[in-house]
Amino acid sequence: MNQLAITVIGRDRPGIVADVAEVLARLGANLTDSTMTRLRGHFAMTLVCVGPAAAEVEAALAPLAADGQLLATVRAVTPDGEIAPAGEPYVMAVHGADRMGIVAAMTRVLADAGGNVTDLSTRLAGSLYVVVAEVDLPPGAADTLAGRLADAAAGLGVEVTLRPAEPDLL
Amino acid sequence: MTGLAGGSELDPRSETYAGLGDWTPELLGAGRVVPVVSAPHPVLSRSGAEVDPTAEETVRLAADLIATMRVSPGCVGLAAPQVGVGARVFAVDVTGHAKAVTVHGTFALCNARVVEATRWKAGREGCMSVPDLTGDVKRASRLVVEATLPGSGELVRLVTDGFEARALQHEIDHCAGLLFLDRVAGAHAIYQRKVYL
Repeated sequence: MNQLAITVIGRDRPGIVADVAEVLARLGANLTDSTMTRLRGHFAMTLVCVGPAAAEVEAALAPLAADGQLLATVRAVTPDGEIAPAGEPYVMAVHGADRMGIVAAMTRVLADAGGNVTDLSTRLAGSLYVVVAEVDLPPGAADTLAGRLADAAAGLGVEVTLRPAEPDLL
Repeated sequence: MTGLAGGSELDPRSETYAGLGDWTPELLGAGRVVPVVSAPHPVLSRSGAEVDPTAEETVRLAADLIATMRVSPGCVGLAAPQVGVGARVFAVDVTGHAKAVTVHGTFALCNARVVEATRWKAGREGCMSVPDLTGDVKRASRLVVEATLPGSGELVRLVTDGFEARALQHEIDHCAGLLFLDRVAGAHAIYQRKVYL
């Protein structure tokens, strides 16, 4: 089975998700994990599906992009093997006045501590910039990291919090 | 829903409030450890039937739920649909949990319903029957529940808060055929469950 990574980006309108999903269903491509949001009003969807060859899917999606409003890309990807054991789940939230380099600086601090970002959203609203990242940290790294993040945030003039995102098993 | 203020009898730590009374899980007898089913098993999405709390099969079911909950690492609650039985019975025990405030120990309830729910708070939940995902769900952190006790059939009114309140709502949802997935806070509030080191 081919595993395909597909991105669809472009001008938003009602029905894009349905259009893309219908094309995939018709081809027998099974949609697995996907995420979609609007980025500054642009439709943005990334998904992984299993099924036909990349070229076949690309051809089937081409009519959707024919009017030049949408861009669809299809790439074959290697299925992940066993997922490596994760660290401790945390959420980092950053907000403050927009300026160049906030994401670069803050995620570099995370990376240097061995943190792996597993989910990330950034939003610019007026002059307010917001970053929310889910991050897996090596066990015991959080306290030291919180201090380093606070130092980096102070340098950028933004606020940062790092809090545990441990789920409760019920 | 109305607030809890204005009645000292609703204070969960008030001595005037009986809670479970003399009921103990030992009254049910020894239960068996039974297999837990996972979504998408259809029993998890069906509303459970009301039960006769004094019936022998109800008492046995409650005992099995407690026995199974006790041997499952990290498990603080288990509802009948999770062991394949479409009935309104569940067990809860949040003793020792870091987020618990009011704790009623180990207990099982039949035909439970939420009477008052206030102070809603978001929290991330996992479920034995949805082993690979977690999700952010808002739950009331002050809760009043009415139910009957398995065995005695006595009607009880439990007042609780914090983590025990969350656990009760999660289990009452199971009995109504609802998973935490049905209440998840938004499209980006579902997560792959982490595999811990």
